[in-house]
Amino acid sequence: MKEGFRQAMAWLHTWAGLILGWLLFAIFLTGTLAYFKSETSRWMQPEIPVRSVSAETSLTVAQHYLEQHAAGASHWLIELPGARRQGLSVHWEAAAGKPGQHGEQLLDPLTGTEVHPRETLGGEFFYRFHFELQMPYPWGRWLASIAAMLMFVALISGIITHKKIFKDFFTFRPRKGRRSWLDGHYAVGVLVLPFHLMITYSSLVMFMMMVMPAGILAVYKDNAQTFYQEALPEDEVRPAVGNPGQLLSLAPLLEQANRLGTGGRVAEVTVNHPGDANASVVMAFDGADRVVHDFGRTVTFDGVTGRQLDATPERSLPVAIAGSFFGLHMGHFASPVLRWLYFLCGLAGTAMIGTGMVIWVGKRQLKHAQSAGMPLELRLVDVLNIASMSGLMLAVATYFWANRLLPVAMAGRSDWEVNGFFIVWGLSLLHAMLRRGRAAWVEQLALAALLFGAVPLLNALTTPYHLGMSLAQSDGAMAGFDLACLASGLFFAWSAWKIRRSGRTQAVSTKRPRSMVLEQEAN
Amino acid sequence: MNAKPRTLPVSYRLAVASRVLAAVFGGYLVAALVSVSLSLWLPGARAEAVVIGMMTSFLVYLLAVIWCFACASAWRAWFGLMVPGLMLAALAGLAHGMGRP
Repeated sequence: MKEGFRQAMAWLHTWAGLILGWLLFAIFLTGTLAYFKSETSRWMQPEIPVRSVSAETSLTVAQHYLEQHAAGASHWLIELPGARRQGLSVHWEAAAGKPGQHGEQLLDPLTGTEVHPRETLGGEFFYRFHFELQMPYPWGRWLASIAAMLMFVALISGIITHKKIFKDFFTFRPRKGRRSWLDGHYAVGVLVLPFHLMITYSSLVMFMMMVMPAGILAVYKDNAQTFYQEALPEDEVRPAVGNPGQLLSLAPLLEQANRLGTGGRVAEVTVNHPGDANASVVMAFDGADRVVHDFGRTVTFDGVTGRQLDATPERSLPVAIAGSFFGLHMGHFASPVLRWLYFLCGLAGTAMIGTGMVIWVGKRQLKHAQSAGMPLELRLVDVLNIASMSGLMLAVATYFWANRLLPVAMAGRSDWEVNGFFIVWGLSLLHAMLRRGRAAWVEQLALAALLFGAVPLLNALTTPYHLGMSLAQSDGAMAGFDLACLASGLFFAWSAWKIRRSGRTQAVSTKRPRSMVLEQEAN
Repeated sequence: MNAKPRTLPVSYRLAVASRVLAAVFGGYLVAALVSVSLSLWLPGARAEAVVIGMMTSFLVYLLAVIWCFACASAWRAWFGLMVPGLMLAALAGLAHGMGRP
């Protein structure tokens, strides 16, 4: 490590990138898919009707349902439908000492009838996986945070290594084999560099209270709860008095909350102690109208008189700055065009990680080109590359296929969709171990091409919402999902074809017996 | 640098391992001490100071990791973390002695 600063940073970039590169690839890909969480859920639960009704109408429908089915509950929670969210869901919690009164129900926001869609996690699965990694709390979050820190180190050391970063960006040399991979790595890295920096640093900020609690401990000792109350003050909840009171109609309160103009649409309504003289109504804003994410900003009304009781104060500047990192990371504020841009930036990040891993193997393969065998560590990285990249694509496709093919009434079907995802991912690892190098890439990508490309067909055969209909009705989420899958299928087919062809040209140019070439390609 | 692992001397490997330990654990410790010192010394509401301290700490961690691999030797990597670490610890101790929050 005496070769100078840039060489040292190149070393750091290589190894910091490699250690959790496979995990980072999966985190980036599933996180990118999570930008279309609502749209994915919409595709995966086609039974939920799309309605355009006002929030007031939905709220009245929900109140009517809850008064009939959960009158004695201690809390009601109503999640209102939004521009990207179909269905109206209501939850209720039992009053103390009255067990059995606990439940949730999805309603048609127009008619108030119960809706029973197929059981699935929908887009929520990708969202959860990208920071919980299907691990018990808090291990997945810790591992994801460690991966984020390594990503941060790899990014900054990568920037230092390639100080001629903008010159490199304009020297893309296609069809030059390994050189093209490297240029591609620079291109997707530099093009959306601000996005990479923002997404990586913000992911650390999002978990800062978990991974860097020293400051909280030093100032608040063992009263961490006090810190949360001071940093993010919440409206107080009045206790019940025990005398009955007539709950007001909620819709006018919603109008009143919107008129306060503190920002955004009311997304959730909580009613504390409905039917009590001390009932209170908490309106929570979704904050999707601005970049700074606000952690549950609310306004509270008296449920009987309608008087405003409380409202969340403006956040302090440091909390607002932290909130802006949350907001930028999640992109809830993004309009459709910006959301697609987010999605493309996420794909670029995924591609940057993927090309980096391929380059790692490629560079080292050169040294072993003349020998028959490949060192174990190279083979290991190669197998993990295949399973973590093309294998993950197969797993994602399986998740969508399972959603359409598993019987709607099957017990535990939502779990089986997820199991399908992991079983296929495991099988892809097995396949990568048995088949060698290029052959494994080509076969897995070809299968992914088939599975993704056929999603519109699968959708047309299993539901009435085929492309012809969704396009005619300009149902953006349904049609967009089908078309995005079709585009992915075409991309995978092209990649499989390219990789297969580049193997052939190599075989011709080296003029070696086919069997030997195959052996070498595997290395 | 990692061209032929088999030919690398043991001393080199130990030095790399030492740098990695310094970067991972030493770096985290310095970052945590920065967040503690900022939390204790920044003026204004204490919750705000804590939030600023936490947000800054990751940048410090990053710099510490870069330092550990950029400096000339593994000893220097440790030394370069130890000095600011002790200074920050003294600063935090001073705040504690003065009865700041």
